[in-house]
Amino acid sequence: MTFALSQTTINFAYLVASVGLIIGIKRLSSPATARSGNVIAAIGMAIAIVFTLLSPQIDSYWLIAAGVAVGTVIGVASARMVKMTAMPQMVALFNGVGGGAAALIAAAEFHRLTPALGHVLPEHMGAMLFSALIGSISFSGSLVAFGKLQELLPGRPIVFAGQQIVNGLLFAALVGVGIFAGATENGVWAVVLLLGALLFGVLLVLPIGGADMPVVISLLNAFTGLAAASTGFILENTALIIGGTLVGASGTLLTILMGRAMNRSLANVLFGAFGAPAPTGDAAVSTNGEVKSYREVSAEDCAVMLAYASRVVIVPGYGLAVAQAQHNVRELADLLERRGVDVKYAIHPVAGRMPGHMNVLLAEANVPYPQLYDMEDINPEFPRTDVALIIGANDVTNPAAREDPESPLYGMPILNVDASANVVVLKRSMSPGFAGIDNDLFYRANTAMLFGDAKASVENLVAAVKAA
Amino acid sequence: MSQALLNSITVFVLAVFLGIELISRVPALLHTPLMSGTNAIHGIVLVGAMLIAGSADSTLEQTLAFVAVVFATINVVGGFLVTDRMLEMFKRKPDRGEGPE
Repeated sequence: MTFALSQTTINFAYLVASVGLIIGIKRLSSPATARSGNVIAAIGMAIAIVFTLLSPQIDSYWLIAAGVAVGTVIGVASARMVKMTAMPQMVALFNGVGGGAAALIAAAEFHRLTPALGHVLPEHMGAMLFSALIGSISFSGSLVAFGKLQELLPGRPIVFAGQQIVNGLLFAALVGVGIFAGATENGVWAVVLLLGALLFGVLLVLPIGGADMPVVISLLNAFTGLAAASTGFILENTALIIGGTLVGASGTLLTILMGRAMNRSLANVLFGAFGAPAPTGDAAVSTNGEVKSYREVSAEDCAVMLAYASRVVIVPGYGLAVAQAQHNVRELADLLERRGVDVKYAIHPVAGRMPGHMNVLLAEANVPYPQLYDMEDINPEFPRTDVALIIGANDVTNPAAREDPESPLYGMPILNVDASANVVVLKRSMSPGFAGIDNDLFYRANTAMLFGDAKASVENLVAAVKAA
Repeated sequence: MSQALLNSITVFVLAVFLGIELISRVPALLHTPLMSGTNAIHGIVLVGAMLIAGSADSTLEQTLAFVAVVFATINVVGGFLVTDRMLEMFKRKPDRGEGPE
């Protein structure tokens, strides 16, 4: 190639690109600079890609051109068409294909390097096997996470007896297969490793229920980062090592922070089979066999309660996202504020399907930041709150997390909405939440249920408040 | 241990500390965009996919490399676009007026 650059020039370009990625992540950590941060990271990425194309290692361009063309069409189309509610599963999917790419790179390199037995450096072999293992786990695990969030698979944990033992044995076997593949340089063992890792990814995510899905996606994001970094060790490429490691490290920290917000260790999330149906049985029957009753309220009555309240706290959840009711909720809040009602939003760290999911939705409806309160800041407010309006949230308000040591939710910090004078729950039906756990809140004396689609219910409330 | 490997390990270790340091002060409301943004950044595997696609000899390697390039491109392009769409909604609103100011 006449226009191929020297490796030194390319490595210098990688340095510039890495600075772009680092500044990008830095700026992503503040609302004011986040968007420019994303652009700067994208520019860094573009620099790394363009200079890679000018590398002397590249002999032919047709395969790259075809692959980039196909990938761009799919990437642009899916990113443009996805609804805000489907963002979490889209992130899971993009993460999965990244992991898949890392595993495929490892497989191709294994095939290229191994015919010369004994020629492969141990560090290259180790990195290949690591990329293949982690990349495959991230690929299949992300697809299962996508399937669960898209409701192609049941959101409830899928468990069978001895699952943890099976998973443990499978992982141990995979490590053994990896060592064997490395020692023999035999492609058959490498294929067994890839397929076994795909199976392990599926088994790892299947038993994990709804409320923990954000933690899982974050963990798989970190996995893909590490798999990408490992391909950098195979190809001796600093851009790959830096980019992948930054994501691997920051993703791991983010996963731990999210687990901490739920008062659960990572091991507990992964192996606790969270949200397994409680052994106490029927949803509408309490532990002592008594049938529990709930109170229904009309939109008109609820509107009067809201209009003459002095403090209202809105608790949004996934139901709000599904119904796309964020604009209506803001309209309702504006209306109440104009009547002199103090309106706040309570944001649980894992409300919705991703951390920050509710913030993104409410930002779309231009709800001002100062009205959004984190769990720690809003919980002391509930005893002074007249009405807590719960829109499509469930598990994050379940008082069993505080009171019932038998509950799978026990120990998870929740929004203490039950301390408010009145609680109104907007919900489609009495069905349990994504985690599959019945919510005792619905049966309390100060709780009333307003059934229906969140958007329709909020529209009715807006109309009724105007009339009140 | 070769000098090249040691250099790679040095870069790796420093990047681990940098990655942790970079996100330790992120407000919860930016967690989704941050996850999405870092998700796009590990699309850097495209660099690796292009390097092997550009030098693949056998049909098997070419097939693997092609799929790797497609996957990595989806990761990069989709990741940055989705992040941008999320962040578009974080426009600053100094006051609550509906007007142009």
